[in-house]
Amino acid sequence: MDMQPISGGFADAPRQSALAFRAIIDVMSRPGKLATLQGATPPASLSVAAGTVILTLADANTGIYLAGDLDSPALRQWIAFHTGAPITTADCADLAIGTWADLHPLDRYRTGTVEYPDRAATLIVELGETPAPNASLTGPGIKDRIAAFVPGARPTSFPLGLDLILTAGAQVSALPRSTQVEFA
Amino acid sequence: MTAMDAYNFAYLDEDTKRMIRRALLKAVAIPGYQVPFASREMPMPYGWGTGGVQVTAACLTPDDRLKVIDQGADDTTNAVSIRRFFQRTAGVEVTEETEDATIIQTRHRVPEAPLQEGQIMVFQVPIPEPLRFLEPRETETRRMHALADYGLMQVKLYEDIARHGRIATAYAYPVKVEGRYVMDPSPIPKFDNPKLDDSPALMLFGAGREQRIYALPPYTRVESLDFDDHPFVASKADHACDICGATESYLDEVITDDQGGRIFVCSDTAFCRSRQEDRQ
Ligand SMILES: [Zn+2]
Repeated sequence: MDMQPISGGFADAPRQSALAFRAIIDVMSRPGKLATLQGATPPASLSVAAGTVILTLADANTGIYLAGDLDSPALRQWIAFHTGAPITTADCADLAIGTWADLHPLDRYRTGTVEYPDRAATLIVELGETPAPNASLTGPGIKDRIAAFVPGARPTSFPLGLDLILTAGAQVSALPRSTQVEFA
Repeated sequence: MTAMDAYNFAYLDEDTKRMIRRALLKAVAIPGYQVPFASREMPMPYGWGTGGVQVTAACLTPDDRLKVIDQGADDTTNAVSIRRFFQRTAGVEVTEETEDATIIQTRHRVPEAPLQEGQIMVFQVPIPEPLRFLEPRETETRRMHALADYGLMQVKLYEDIARHGRIATAYAYPVKVEGRYVMDPSPIPKFDNPKLDDSPALMLFGAGREQRIYALPPYTRVESLDFDDHPFVASKADHACDICGATESYLDEVITDDQGGRIFVCSDTAFCRSRQEDRQ
């Protein structure tokens, strides 16, 4: 593989990843909330927010599945150079990235086991742009209820389930498995 | 090279922080469930809250203002050491005011001042498994959590009532999270348990020796276990603070002389001080 330096990583990883992680845990603990997430400059096929999630969370211990058209040599090289994360099939993935349509079928991903529900995939869903809210969310992290965009139904039988990170440009939000969704 | 440059930001290497961060996100997604993580050696003994320190290190940003309390006090050796550790390794600002802090690492208390949205509480946890003193085998406690089989805990609490006329547990009083996982709130007095319920702050729990991380997102339902005929009571000493006069704060009993003299004072020293200043 061509291991020439590939641009678009964090210039100051300890501080940029700290700031990025705080934005990610903030949205994961407040479903429906939107935050700005930047720092990475990934290949054009990937959003800044999704690239920043990858730089913040991925390393040699996290298998990444690239769904559909996202799976390109340029993105594989970028991920390998900056994180060392192995590219895997959907059923082994810790992180799966793609559009909602490309990520389907969703029953391919690990949703954890009853004894280790944490051993479940996180899906990074590329939205293109942030659409208008189409659902009402309740559950942990939400005071009363909040209107938000949800790409579609996801397989959840709590405590098992998939956790979603929704990315659009430099915007991020999240939908952990604990959130109850009512579509409008 | 300055002292700060000798360390990575917030001391831990990036690989370790990433591993802890991934565990934290799963902990947030499954409130009350204990996520295993590979705890690292820290330059302090286990009893000093290495789990909490690792969680704080994984969450800190250069923009944070950190408060550290031990049994409610900002000025104990433990609290001062941890605060200095992060001042040195992360260059963050520190504060003793609950209202000004963005991250509060704590051992054994929740501050009296109401927590706010955007704040993170980090609890130091010695024994994260609430069922451990009933069932020593990890395989069994894991199975009980998997099946939400908490009958043993109910039996233990009911035996307390039979023996003492009340539930005797005063610290680390078990809670149920969103009607699903039974969780150890860390050795806070049960007086503090209601502060965990529906809190606007994010609460993170780190157990270093036992290698577990768990979490309560904001606005999470947290109920102290009890019975219809013996409801939970968040009790405290039936006194006012002898220094600031507060009647609603958790009190420590302090022996003042060898004649048996004693006073009651707020365990939350920052709360007590701000009340004294308000009165002047
Ligand atoms: Zn007082």
